[in-house]
Amino acid sequence: MTAEKVEILDNDGISRALTRIAHEILERNKGTENLVLVGIRTGGGYLAAQLQKKLSEIEGVVVPLGTIDITMYRDDLGTRNDLEVGQTDIRFPLGERNVVLVDDVLFTGRTIRAAMDALIDLGRPSNIQLAILIDRGHRELPIRPDYIGRNLPTARNELIEVEFDQQHAPQAVYLLRQ
Amino acid sequence: MIFNPKHILGIRDLTAEELTFILDTAESFKEINTRQIKKVPTLRGRTIINLFFEASTRTRTSFEIAGKRLSADTVNISASSSSVVKGETLEDTAKNIEAMHPDIIVMRHSASGACEYLARRLKCSVVNAGDGMHEHPSQALLDAFTIRQFKGRIDGLTVAIVGDITHSRVVRSNIYCLNKLGAKVRIAGPRTMLPPGIERLGCEVFNNLEDAIRDVDCVMMLRIQRERQGASLIPSTREYSRFFGLNEAKLRLAKPDAIVMHPGPINRGVELSTVVADGPQNVILGQVENGVAVRMALLYLVAGGEQLKND
Repeated sequence: MTAEKVEILDNDGISRALTRIAHEILERNKGTENLVLVGIRTGGGYLAAQLQKKLSEIEGVVVPLGTIDITMYRDDLGTRNDLEVGQTDIRFPLGERNVVLVDDVLFTGRTIRAAMDALIDLGRPSNIQLAILIDRGHRELPIRPDYIGRNLPTARNELIEVEFDQQHAPQAVYLLRQ
Repeated sequence: MIFNPKHILGIRDLTAEELTFILDTAESFKEINTRQIKKVPTLRGRTIINLFFEASTRTRTSFEIAGKRLSADTVNISASSSSVVKGETLEDTAKNIEAMHPDIIVMRHSASGACEYLARRLKCSVVNAGDGMHEHPSQALLDAFTIRQFKGRIDGLTVAIVGDITHSRVVRSNIYCLNKLGAKVRIAGPRTMLPPGIERLGCEVFNNLEDAIRDVDCVMMLRIQRERQGASLIPSTREYSRFFGLNEAKLRLAKPDAIVMHPGPINRGVELSTVVADGPQNVILGQVENGVAVRMALLYLVAGGEQLKND
């Protein structure tokens, strides 16, 4: 079998999607008061940093940014091969904040479930919103994103790859077919 | 990285990559211990039995807290309150415990090799919390973690270990661990406490403390085990303290930024003077703090991918 690689979004496409998401976040939250961004390691963390930049370009405010590692909250400990655990880095209190959780690809929803459990162990946010670059469907849990870069119906055996450069800036999104 | 070991029986069985991976994993778990809610659901539904045939406060508590912070159910069994005093053999005790389906048994035993004996006979994972004069892997790992924290690295450092080398499982695990991670190890102690041939494990042997600690980056002092063999191997604790105890003046022979470590419990005035034990170079309570994170990493790594592990 040969893998087929199709470009879904290029650099500019990603940038436009993130700009739109940043505007939607500001509209829904009526500005940046109490707003914080938390990216899911690693891709989500990189995208959250991009969103932080976009928000400051629009509003002139640098909103707090953190990253969360969900390994300790996963539900597949016994059957998983890769045991690497990353570090959670959130240096601000989450209580009474509007948290925008950021990830690159939304698939089964299990990662988001784990991330929400991890967030709630760190404090009690007023609410948690979900921003996603690519929603590829196939949800296994009742989870719905609030901000979507691109809806992309996929087959289960396809893969979505978000490519980042050395500086962690997103470069392109690819769909891989086996 | 894929972490294959199902049991943690000794540092000798682990590769440098595996040791570094354990330390890196512990780094991530350390943050949990400073949170307000010190618990993650990682090992929810797993049962860990702490089977301690020897007295222990620090290690047992540390393993128990590590298990609880990972949401595992932990049960402690100590020899004095168990069926061992009624004459049951180790294997029978273990088989009975296994019938209750634990996932991990953490064991301390006075016989060297007792953990491996169990690991070969049981289906669950076994973690060695100290077996006789053989190994004490979690102690060596928390020592390495502490050295890395204070020195920023392990590779290229020189570490002196001083005390009753013969009867110390901490020394053996530390020699393996530090060597694999690239440090040089020196050992020192009275002749009666230096086993012949120990240099073959990869260390330099000294008969006096002064030469051993000159220009080292780290001094690890061992406890004189008064309740065990220790007492009969030296004329008196006063004499031992004079020649092999660490005080301020002797510590000046080490590098100015050298750290002082001790696996505890300390005999103040014997192997460590109170001034050194409480001095700015001591990292002894840091070792205890790191012990919880390192043991969380060990429990997590033996439980992770368990359905894929076959020994």
